[in-house]
Amino acid sequence: MSQLKYFTNGLFKENPSLVLVLGTCPTLAVTTAAINGIGMGAATTFVLVFSNLLIAALKNLIPNKVRIAAFIVIIATFVTIVDLVMKAFTPDLYATLGIFIPLIVVNCIILGRAEAFAQKSNVIPAILDGLGMGIGFTLAITLMGSIREILGNGSIFNIKLVAEDANTILIFILPPGAFITYGYLIAIMNRMKKRYNI
Amino acid sequence: MAKLDSTLKNMILSLLFISMGMSAALGFVYNLTKDPIAAANKAKEVNAVKDVLPPFNNDPTTEVRNIDNLAFYPATMDGKPIGCAVKTYTEKGYSGRFDLMVGFLPDGKINNIVVLEQKETPGLGTKMKEPKFKNQFNSLDISSLQNKELKVKKDGGSIDAISAATISSRAFCDGVQKAYNLYMKNFIPGNPEVRDTLMTKGGKR
Repeated sequence: MSQLKYFTNGLFKENPSLVLVLGTCPTLAVTTAAINGIGMGAATTFVLVFSNLLIAALKNLIPNKVRIAAFIVIIATFVTIVDLVMKAFTPDLYATLGIFIPLIVVNCIILGRAEAFAQKSNVIPAILDGLGMGIGFTLAITLMGSIREILGNGSIFNIKLVAEDANTILIFILPPGAFITYGYLIAIMNRMKKRYNI
Repeated sequence: MAKLDSTLKNMILSLLFISMGMSAALGFVYNLTKDPIAAANKAKEVNAVKDVLPPFNNDPTTEVRNIDNLAFYPATMDGKPIGCAVKTYTEKGYSGRFDLMVGFLPDGKINNIVVLEQKETPGLGTKMKEPKFKNQFNSLDISSLQNKELKVKKDGGSIDAISAATISSRAFCDGVQKAYNLYMKNFIPGNPEVRDTLMTKGGKR
């Protein structure tokens, strides 16, 4: 059995944002610009890979009744590490994402993968699963960030596509635009899954 | 190795072991990042001061003075005062507080303004960062305005508000006004002697 399917699983078939609909808070809140999607996605991927790794490695040392407490301690540690490292080396990105980073602790994707996958599997599949889920999440929120940035701000990755003072569809960078975009993306995703029978 | 049973002893030992390991890891990362974080914060402060003032060659961050919650960064060139950057804030923004750095020249004119931290509405209030709005404050002399007050045109003043973001524009004026009033009160540009002593000696009152 190829290990690769653990990785590809999260990319499309069980994409955490668009199929499992987990972690909707960051999906809706940070996606006002494409670069935010990449930053948030990278931070979440890092936490996901390392928490999956550690939980898979320690799974036999964690008694069942205290597993959630143990998972949260492990996840919170990696989130704090990301928080400190971003503060130190990417202060600009931290200024935009700062308030969302601590919230990765309660991101359902991470606890969900720990509970549903990592605690039952070995280290290598757990890492691949974390990586796949993380990249799937990154792709989904970067796509959402791009759509919202293009429509709402007339730019992509801060590069202006329209004239400086042109009017843009502002609602897309406001919270209602997040829900509209999210709804359409989920609908397209479902259609594609049906069409290609995945 | 089989999974540990959920006995009291196992649960306590397991959580203790995990917490200790994680604390050690955090302590290690904290030590690694402590200095870069301090350097990044300092660089942010220095850059904001540099952005709002003409060139200077002292280190205003070491001579910073705090008056009524605003931070004053006096800048000098070869010992001669060339201006003062004021870190100011307003509570009247559309989403509450935001912070500005305002650079004043010794004659009380505004040199430049940068927005430090804000949570205003993207695409509306955030336009206060753009030159179109912000540059109308450059080399503005507030003392030449009616009642020495900054006001948007809607309120009978001279500032062009950002369209659809009058609240943010008013708040911006409020923050700048606060900085100006305290600057005039404490650095008295009208009296060069007092001003020079205050500006070059920094923290002493």
